[in-house]
Amino acid sequence: MPRLEEHCWSCSCSASVKTQELSSARWVVCKTAEMMSIITSVLSHAYGSLHSLQSANLIRRGLVLFIVGVVLALVLNLLQIQRNVTLFPEEVLDTLFSSAWWIPLCCGTAAAVVGLLYPCLDQHLGEPHKFKREWASVTRCIAVFVGINHASAKLDFANNVQLSLTLAALSLGLWWTFDRSRSGFGLGLTTAFLATLIAQLLVYNGIYQYTSPDFLYVRSWLPCIFFSGGVTVGNIGRQLAIGSTEKPHND
Amino acid sequence: MTVRERIRQNISAAFYRHGLLCASYPVPIILFTSASILTCCYPLLKLPLPGTGPVEFTTGVRDYSTPSHESQGDLSERPDWYRGPPVAYIQQVLVKAAVSPWDNSLVPVDVFRSPLGRVFSVLEEIRNHVYTDRSLEALCLQVTDLLPGLRRMQAVLPEHGCLLVSPGNYWQNRRDLFDADPDLLKTVHQHEPKGLHTSATLKDLLFGVPGKQTGVNLYSKKRVVTYTITIALSSYDARFVASLRARLKQLHPSANCTLREDHMVHVHFKEEIGIAELIPLVTTYIILFAYIYFSTRKIDMVKSKWGLALAAVVTVLSSLLMSVGLCTLFGLTPTLNGGEIFPYLVVVIGLENVLVLTKSVVSTPVDLEVKLRIAQGLSNESWSIMKNMATELCIILIGYFTFVPAIQEFCLFAVVGLVSDFFLQMFFFTTVLSIDIRRMELADLNRRLPAEAGMPPPKPGPLRPRETPPPPRPSPHTITLQAPAFRNLRLPKRLRVVYFLARTRLAQRIIMVGTVIWIGILVYTDPAGLRTFLAAQVSEQSPLGEAGLPPHLGVAPVFPGGDPTSTLSGLPAPEPTPLPENQSQGHRAAHPEVAPVSSPQITWGPEDEELWRRLSFRHWPSLFSYYNITLAKRYISILPVIPVTLHLSPQEAIDTRHPQDTHHAPPPSIKTSDLQTDLTLYKVAALGLFAGVVLVLLLFCLYRVLCPRNYGQNGVPHGRRRRGDLPCDEYGYSPPISEISPLLLRGHSMDIECLASDGMLLASCCLVGHIRVWDAQTGDCLTVIPNNGLRRSSSSGCWEHRDGWDHISACEAENIFPIRRRTTPARPALFGDQPDLTPLIDTNFGLSPPSQALSSSGFDFGGLVEKAYQEHEPSPTLAFPPSPPASQQRRRSLGDQPVLPPELPPQNNGDWDSSVWAMELRGNLIATGRSSGKLELWDAVEGSLRCSNEDGVSGITALAFLNNRIVAARLNGSLDFFTVEITKPLGLLQYRGPPGRGSLPPSPCYSSEDVISCQLTRSVQCAHQKPITVLKAAAGRVVTGSQDHTVRVYRLEDSCCLFTLQGHSGGITAIYIDQTMVLASGGQDGTICVWDVLTGSRVSHVYGHRGDVTSLVCTTSCIISSGLDDLICIWDRSTGIKLYSIQQEVGCGASLGVISESLLVTGGQGCVSFWDLNYGDLLQTVYLGQSSEGQSVRQLLVLDNAAIVCDFGSELSLVYVPSVLEKLD
Repeated sequence: MPRLEEHCWSCSCSASVKTQELSSARWVVCKTAEMMSIITSVLSHAYGSLHSLQSANLIRRGLVLFIVGVVLALVLNLLQIQRNVTLFPEEVLDTLFSSAWWIPLCCGTAAAVVGLLYPCLDQHLGEPHKFKREWASVTRCIAVFVGINHASAKLDFANNVQLSLTLAALSLGLWWTFDRSRSGFGLGLTTAFLATLIAQLLVYNGIYQYTSPDFLYVRSWLPCIFFSGGVTVGNIGRQLAIGSTEKPHND
Repeated sequence: MTVRERIRQNISAAFYRHGLLCASYPVPIILFTSASILTCCYPLLKLPLPGTGPVEFTTGVRDYSTPSHESQGDLSERPDWYRGPPVAYIQQVLVKAAVSPWDNSLVPVDVFRSPLGRVFSVLEEIRNHVYTDRSLEALCLQVTDLLPGLRRMQAVLPEHGCLLVSPGNYWQNRRDLFDADPDLLKTVHQHEPKGLHTSATLKDLLFGVPGKQTGVNLYSKKRVVTYTITIALSSYDARFVASLRARLKQLHPSANCTLREDHMVHVHFKEEIGIAELIPLVTTYIILFAYIYFSTRKIDMVKSKWGLALAAVVTVLSSLLMSVGLCTLFGLTPTLNGGEIFPYLVVVIGLENVLVLTKSVVSTPVDLEVKLRIAQGLSNESWSIMKNMATELCIILIGYFTFVPAIQEFCLFAVVGLVSDFFLQMFFFTTVLSIDIRRMELADLNRRLPAEAGMPPPKPGPLRPRETPPPPRPSPHTITLQAPAFRNLRLPKRLRVVYFLARTRLAQRIIMVGTVIWIGILVYTDPAGLRTFLAAQVSEQSPLGEAGLPPHLGVAPVFPGGDPTSTLSGLPAPEPTPLPENQSQGHRAAHPEVAPVSSPQITWGPEDEELWRRLSFRHWPSLFSYYNITLAKRYISILPVIPVTLHLSPQEAIDTRHPQDTHHAPPPSIKTSDLQTDLTLYKVAALGLFAGVVLVLLLFCLYRVLCPRNYGQNGVPHGRRRRGDLPCDEYGYSPPISEISPLLLRGHSMDIECLASDGMLLASCCLVGHIRVWDAQTGDCLTVIPNNGLRRSSSSGCWEHRDGWDHISACEAENIFPIRRRTTPARPALFGDQPDLTPLIDTNFGLSPPSQALSSSGFDFGGLVEKAYQEHEPSPTLAFPPSPPASQQRRRSLGDQPVLPPELPPQNNGDWDSSVWAMELRGNLIATGRSSGKLELWDAVEGSLRCSNEDGVSGITALAFLNNRIVAARLNGSLDFFTVEITKPLGLLQYRGPPGRGSLPPSPCYSSEDVISCQLTRSVQCAHQKPITVLKAAAGRVVTGSQDHTVRVYRLEDSCCLFTLQGHSGGITAIYIDQTMVLASGGQDGTICVWDVLTGSRVSHVYGHRGDVTSLVCTTSCIISSGLDDLICIWDRSTGIKLYSIQQEVGCGASLGVISESLLVTGGQGCVSFWDLNYGDLLQTVYLGQSSEGQSVRQLLVLDNAAIVCDFGSELSLVYVPSVLEKLD
């Protein structure tokens, strides 16, 4: 699989070296998401068996989160691809949907898990999240998250440290603006840390090898994206939990 | 008082003043804001329009040098993009070839086979051209692989070499392949994409001219083949190009060619937007719209939701425009892609402040003036707005210090946008909001039935004086809402918007105008060569040929004067070539219509000079994109074309024929070719028509599927708003019609004189002296206490247990029949022993009912009625029918032993002829005061007389029953204080259950076995000089009003007179006192005085009515009075200023009741009306019965459970106020 993938990418993006590195990065992202989904699916299964009564509600929320995750993954992938290929040949879309079909699925699963974990954690900690609980705020949060991705994909930074710092500041700003809860911060941090760690482990264990030696670029934006993604998905999950318990938001 | 607090106060005050300003001068402020928006947006006019087409720049060839990367300041006419070398220099060699003279022996294939075959020799010439050891190989643009997906084009497009394309590429630039090709057209067309294609096709790329002009088809009229050889040069060598040009011209001279060769055109291409790039953009925009939707959905409680949402969006958008404009003004040119960062800017600036403002303003008290509401709402939110703004500015400032240029620019825009957004919120949105709120109040006024009033200054807005139309007389038991006012509000707002759109076809018109404007802009800026394309189209189809168009249309800037030869148009150009066989052509060409077979003419016109303009504007980008070279944001330079004219002899054409060429069909006539083009036109038209029909059908089907059949027919909105045909207001509320039908309590045979209630029970006494006790919740008659005197005379003082079933059923039938009850059918009345006394009633009596209980002479019907009873002799006496479960329940709870028929108290043998003048009910004791001066206490449930007191002789005009004290006012002006003492028999105490029903008020509870005595504790003999008219007791005070113009306040415990309040100049007619010690009195002089009960001082004194004040009620904020002048006046309690007044019908309005703080109920002629106290609007009128003529509601009691009881002739009416009315407060 990796070789096929690499082949595809080297074919389509032969002009740019960075794209390969990008593709590897995205591959890492998805592997991470997959691993996370495996781990957390066990957890969620246990949780689901404990609360069988809420299962229908849970499944619905999970489905919504999954779709959100899939869509976001597709869009953000496209954004990252755009960084180096300004003119799209039609084949980019084909490769995106053919060879990497499981990437959005993994991201969706991860999104569902994280989004369900957030309200669950709130419940267990006994401090319900009250800050800005409305759909407008959630939409705003998603927009800012996409904007952070956009910035990381489109902007040219002087060096990787600057990129890291900027993205970190942006992610913290996102958390401060839309979450402001300690549990959210902790969970986001855990998500970012675990995901990055799994990505690194995958790389160093030789499951996948980088074609480009410059991994620093990828490493500099991965954790921040993971963090802000976790916070965003958690925001959606919380809103969904509120919406499903209090009132169905059908209009 | 910290600094923070002080700042906060200052900010709040400033915002308050600002709100006042905005609400006071809405129009000037909006004008000012619009002007400033326009001013700030003015610099935007300098920015180029966001078009998709490429931009051109023309320079001369002679002094051309590759532009440097650094921009020179002095060359202001140069566009920004004209820096650095271009991607490529495009040199086109335009070949026009024709077989001439044409003779009929030639087959159609000959038109293009031999001319196309000449391309190889020209190519050879070009490739081999060398100028001072510079060959084409050194100068041309070297290309590598094609993109991996284009392998099918590998055979056609060059790889690993010069980018040199010509029609020869179809045959790999090999003459032998060309000669061996049996079907040239098939070869050409096999690479054409199937179906629709918008951008450049391979044929266009290779031929370099639009497909129509190539002339490579079997039906060509002109028989001239045109194609180009396109060479992409990476570097420009003027001498090499010049020598190539000279060489080609020398080889293939074009005699009449006057193409100018001194201009090169630089074409700059905008950024490409592909689908893949569009997806994230579209996603961000979707998120943006979701955000706007979710935000504006929260706007509520305003007149026009859509309007305010629009205003909010306009605020944000114009603030963005202002920020861009301001930044441009100060020399910052935006380099970011506006479309990409725009959603993020909107999200950063946000709609939150606008929503918070709206919410805050809307939540201010409704009764305030609009100005004050706006100001208060603004100042409430000032602190949070300022805080949020400071926070956002700080965040953006941090972003500014990332030192990433793009982020810095974004932050700069965001800061300016935030500030201008704040400005717009403060000026534009606030003003719009104030206008909206004002409109809403006006609409409220129009919707509700307004009140008549003299206008007091403090509430000018909502309280316009209006004449009340007399309410129509509808059928009984229905609600009359003010139909005309409601009717125009029947539809919900969104439907009305839809109808409005449908009626005016606004959307279509806007779309049409927008399309026209857009097309106009497109044509004006001409991004895609549209104008030349159109010109070409017109010139092709115009009968005048190319002469139909001025020549500058095609290449306007280059050829100002036009070419005289070209303007001759249809006429052939002068002799093109010096070839001898063409000599006769000139003559024939001069008269083309004479020629039987038109010989092909090769003409060179100005339109040939820049033939590439007629190509798709995606031509060059797509050519380069095959080699993964992007032209986005870069430019190419197009050198002047090299014209090549080829004339071939027919023999040459025949020689180059392929053997299969002659197998083709004979050339069709020109007519068929004309038909062919016409047919395509018709095909397109038919296709368009068909598509239109299908679209219409589809829309129709959608309409039928989505909309119900009766959509929009009778104004009944579909969906969740459907609630029958009831009128509903703009919030979708339609009053439930059945909830407010009154419950008629029947049973009295005469008009009801006294009415008393303690919340649970309701006691009424009619003129005959019968007392009935009702359950105030259900309206069941619990007890009947007949007039004792009659009872004794008819039944010899003996209580008989007679079977009363038939009477009960009769009574029940009588009860049910006329009454429309909603809750339960009438339960059987307990006692049906009343004779029908209606024939006894003197009809004149009803015309002059005693208006008050204080009437100096009561009516005594004793004698009359006694006779009737004697005639009615077999009528049963009071019985305890076994059937009603309530009664049984009660008896069981009282004790298991059968209740003995209660013996009449021995002292109960007094004055039976006297009538009841006053009655009070507490617990289950009814205190009645009779005209004979006798005070009686009855058990309300059992109907037995518990005690009586005959200490006084003067008739009791008013009673007050508070705790265990009874105060009786007598006709002679004396005031008697009684104490009710209860002694329970000891033996019965231990096993007796709880006495009364659990829901009875706990204060005085008497059970039937208790011995109750009533003793006169104190008698104030001359409390007033004249008869006491009003007696009220509350909060430990007893207040009496008399005809001697004074009000006296007594303490209840010790009967001590605390104050004598003087201030009226007429007899006291109405007094109000409540638990909060508010005392108001009204007199015959029409004045109303408000007193302080603690000090006895007069708080205010107003002249309210022309005539007696008949009734007085207070709420916490206002005093409501009604007078004989049929006015209801509402006064401000603290200031004594009249807020407004309501004109009622003549002869009603004596009774008032306040259900809640804002709900007033008044009695009228056979109806009760509900009023909204805040606005004085009539909410509802409930008609009590059919025969309501002449019967006015004189007494009205408000019970605890928001029900009202009023007398209605001989009936009582129990009206449950529907819950929706309670929502109003």
